[in-house]
Amino acid sequence: MITFRYDKTLDGLLTAVFDAYSRRTFPDVLLGTDDDVPLFAGEIHTVMSDTEKSTRVWNGLERKASQGFCDMLLHVWLSELPGADELLLKYIVKTFADVAGATMNHADDDVRRIRQIALKVSRERLHVIQFVRFQKAADGIYFAPAAPLYNVLPLTIPHFCDRFADQMWLAYDIRRRYGYFYDMKKAVEVTLENDENLLDGKLDESIMAEDEKLFQQAWKDYTKALTIKERLNPRLQRQNMPARFWKYMPEKNR
Amino acid sequence: MTEQTLEKLKILAESAKYDVSCASSGVSRKNRPGTIGSAAGWGICHSFTEDGRCVALLKIMLTNHCIYDCAYCINRRSNDIPRATLSVTEVTDMTIEFYRRNYIEGLFLSSGVVRNPDYTMERIARIAKDLRNVHHYNGYIHLKSIPGASRELVNEAGLYADRLSVNVEIPTEANLRMLAPEKDYQSIYKPMFYIQEGVMASADERKRFRHAPRFAPAGQSTQMIVGATNENDKDILRLATTLYQRPSMKRVYYSGYIHVNSYDNRLPALNQSPLKRENRLYQADWLMRFYGFRFDEIADDSSPNLDLEIDPKLAWALRHPEVFPVDVNKADYALLLRVPGIGVKSAQLIVSSRKFGRITSDTLTKMGAVMKKAKYFIVCGELSAHTIHETGEEFVRRVLTDKKPSKKMPDKRQLTLNFTD
Ligand code: SF4
Repeated sequence: MITFRYDKTLDGLLTAVFDAYSRRTFPDVLLGTDDDVPLFAGEIHTVMSDTEKSTRVWNGLERKASQGFCDMLLHVWLSELPGADELLLKYIVKTFADVAGATMNHADDDVRRIRQIALKVSRERLHVIQFVRFQKAADGIYFAPAAPLYNVLPLTIPHFCDRFADQMWLAYDIRRRYGYFYDMKKAVEVTLENDENLLDGKLDESIMAEDEKLFQQAWKDYTKALTIKERLNPRLQRQNMPARFWKYMPEKNR
Repeated sequence: MTEQTLEKLKILAESAKYDVSCASSGVSRKNRPGTIGSAAGWGICHSFTEDGRCVALLKIMLTNHCIYDCAYCINRRSNDIPRATLSVTEVTDMTIEFYRRNYIEGLFLSSGVVRNPDYTMERIARIAKDLRNVHHYNGYIHLKSIPGASRELVNEAGLYADRLSVNVEIPTEANLRMLAPEKDYQSIYKPMFYIQEGVMASADERKRFRHAPRFAPAGQSTQMIVGATNENDKDILRLATTLYQRPSMKRVYYSGYIHVNSYDNRLPALNQSPLKRENRLYQADWLMRFYGFRFDEIADDSSPNLDLEIDPKLAWALRHPEVFPVDVNKADYALLLRVPGIGVKSAQLIVSSRKFGRITSDTLTKMGAVMKKAKYFIVCGELSAHTIHETGEEFVRRVLTDKKPSKKMPDKRQLTLNFTD
């Protein structure tokens, strides 16, 4: 059995692919650099992340397959699901080896799993785009907290940059404690030193913009008034709008 | 914004809520520098109310005062309900503020008729114009065209709106006249026609001048109330087909009648809105738009109403056993789409995967086909002993009939309400 250890970054994973080709040994197991090595691990190779190597692999993929396909791999990576990295590695190797476009074969189990995971992640991305709420602070910056199931915040940023181009905002992943700040020109990734006061996802009233509370109230009252009492169906509501997003939505809050 | 605006907002949301056409799809537009907003092409639902319905747009009436007295409408003049009117700035401010907070995809504005149709239409168009020109708002706008509005004002509205709509409401003119004495088909079909002309003229000009103004780029939609009058499903689907044949018509919505004015005995006394029927009509509509079904295949003279127990695709299959079984390894795309349990997605996957190997019942399941249904209508090599010809139609019908939703099962009655085009 061959084991590769790597730093659990995407760069690291792509470097692992590079190493596998140059060593001509393909790993059966991927472990994190900090993971315990099992007793009978067999041959172990430790991958040193290298952006030059990882870029070469990624460019190679882009040449070999469509943009949509590479997006799909990125989605799977961001799922952070256990085993997703091994699946990706296997699949990337398959893609390079394949001549007849067999990665399109939906009867293949790996292909199907990749697609399923990518689909789940892209659903969660859409959920964030749908249900994230922006709260206006007194300094004019909008705060948009989220705690998505998968690490999808980066996938939503182009949409928000396009849509909210003329306002400053901070989109923040509360679960993973990092976010993106947009200054009306571009969005940059940020991790905040003192983010404790942001973690409950609600701006404190003392730093809210003047009308913020009223608009939250207005939205809440509005959605309530829209409800048709003759057709109540809370189960359907829950199905369409997962409860994990409710915490930061004014219509479900306060 | 003030507390007073908030009160008006509540009253006018109550008045607008029965209009179902809430989708924001049909147009894609990137942000331009110095403007706010974009349109996403597919509709984004930003919230769901407790009745499970999507909230994509700020759906509101400019005013719920009305000089007309349509029997099915909660805002008819003879009703004693709280009335309110929003100012142009109140509507534009609220739209912008909600939009910036990611509450909505845009605005859906309708109105009761005050003074006369043109007076009302002018104010509706004015709001769209201000949003675009004063606030540089680039998000979605859907305006309701008032029945009887003039060509000039419909044209003005079309310059700023993404979508315009005029509701048919009642599928036959005789019934419309009975329930809405101030309206006739002319007052509805004329504005519809103006919209169509505007859309086509602009499309034509834009071929020659790239910067010619756009006119309602997401086209028009309309709504029919189901169950308030005696039209059967065949009548309704026939009218829908006629409407879809118009170049600019993108969606027809069906709204199960809710008995809001119970005192009016021109209306049937329904104590429950016909949700199941509404749902079947949406399924039929879907079949007409994406599955290549004609309306008279779905509802014909021998069965002019949709079967409430089984979906219209299955119903068609049971009426046409001679078409089946379909060989999934050979049949073309159009025929695969006719198989109950195989949808657009799985049909595409089947066609694109066949070249790599034989399709088996196992791969079908993996591709998302509903084998519970499909197995009676297909052959794929290994299973062929249980098609509809061996078991008989009655048997298939019995096993596949929708059970009453049990307590634990999610209620799927409204699931097929699709909000994409
Ligand atoms: S014109 Fe419109 S708002 Fe007025 S009563 Fe008729 S349906 Fe209602």
